[in-house]
Amino acid sequence: MNLDFSWMAWTWPTAAFFGTILLLLCGMAAWEYVSPGGNPRIGVLRFETTRGDRLFLSLLGSAFIHLAWLGLVGPNLWWALALSVVYAIGVFRYV
Amino acid sequence: MDKTWNNKAWFLVLPVLVLVAFSAVIPLMTVVNYSVQDTFGNNVFFWAGTEWFEELLHSDRFWEAMVRNLIFSFIILAIEVPLGIFIALNMPKKGWGVPVCLVLMALPLLIPWNVVGTIWQVFGRNDIGLLGYYVNALGFNYNYVQDPFDAWVTVIIMDVWHWTSLVVLLCYAGLVSIPDAFYQAAKIDGASRWAVFRYIQLPKMQRVLLIAVLLRFMDSFMIYTEPFVVTGGGPGNSTTFLSIDLVKTALGQFDLGPAAAMSLVYFLIILLLSWVFYTVMTNYDAER
Repeated sequence: MNLDFSWMAWTWPTAAFFGTILLLLCGMAAWEYVSPGGNPRIGVLRFETTRGDRLFLSLLGSAFIHLAWLGLVGPNLWWALALSVVYAIGVFRYV
Repeated sequence: MDKTWNNKAWFLVLPVLVLVAFSAVIPLMTVVNYSVQDTFGNNVFFWAGTEWFEELLHSDRFWEAMVRNLIFSFIILAIEVPLGIFIALNMPKKGWGVPVCLVLMALPLLIPWNVVGTIWQVFGRNDIGLLGYYVNALGFNYNYVQDPFDAWVTVIIMDVWHWTSLVVLLCYAGLVSIPDAFYQAAKIDGASRWAVFRYIQLPKMQRVLLIAVLLRFMDSFMIYTEPFVVTGGGPGNSTTFLSIDLVKTALGQFDLGPAAAMSLVYFLIILLLSWVFYTVMTNYDAER
C-alpha cells in the first residue's frame, strides 16, 4: 500500500512547529508522571488552574502575541517568540 | 481501601484518539501547512511564510466580516436569551399542555439549516412570500434582496425563529428541576412574582443559561448556511459573515493559502472564547 501524504503539504518549518508542540506534550506527560495531580493552584486569575491549563494559556496567548506582532509591527517574529517565552514563564509562575 | 491502578485501561481510549486524529488533528495540521504556502493545484506548493497572515490582518474585508459577526451574535443573544426565558416561564408545568409545548418548541430545531434558509428565502420574498408580501402591503418598503437593513432583519428573525427554542428548552429544564418547597416557602413569605423570579428561578436557571449563551454564541459566530441561502452574503457584503467570507475565499476564489490563514485566526478566536465561557461555567459550578 502506497500512502501518499503530499496533499498535506508538509514543510520543515511547520513540521518543526508541530514537533515542538509534541515535545511539549511529552514533557508535560513526563512532568505529570514525576509529580502527579497537575499541581492545581489559584493564581492571579483568581481561579484554579492545573499545569495543563497553564500550558494551554501559554500556547493560546503565544499565538495571539505572534498575530499581534505580525499585524502591528512586522514579519520579523523573533521578538514575538521571545515575548511569548517570557509570557509563558509568567503564566507558569503566576497563573 | 487502596485503589487499583491499571494503566492498560489507557488502550480503551485509543479509538477516540484515532477518531480525533483523523477528524481534527490531521485536518488542522494540513490547514497550518497550507497557511504558509501558495498553490495552483496538483499538490504543488510554494513557500509564502507569514504573507497570508499579514495580508489578512491588514484586510478591511476580514475585519468588517468580524465586526458584522460580533454584532450579529450580540443582537441574537440579546433577543433569544430574554425571549427564551420569558417563554419558558410561561410554559405549562403539568398537564397535557407540557408535551404539546415541548413538541412545538422542538420543531424548529429539527429542521435542517439549509431548509430553514430556503423557507425564509421564500417567506420573505415580496412577490410570492407571505411575510414579504404583507409587510409591503402594510406600507413598509421591505426588500431583503436590495436593502441591507431588511436583509439583516430577515437573517436575525430567522435565527430567532430557529434557535430561541433551544434557550426555551434549556431554561424549561432548569425551571422544572426547582422543588415545589421553594415556591411554597416564597408564598408563605409573601414574595412577589418578580422576587420569585429574581431569587428562586433565575439562580436555578443560571447554569443552563450559561450553557445556552455559550452554545448560541458559538453557533451564531460560526453561522453559515442560513444567511448564505437567504442572502448569499448580500446585498453587497452586508450579511457576509466570517464563515461566508471564508468559503468565498477557499472555494470561490480557490485561494487556499489565505483561506487557511483566515481559518486559523477564526479558530483561535473561537478557541479563546470557548475557553473563557468554559472557565466561567466551571468556576461558577465550583463556587456553588
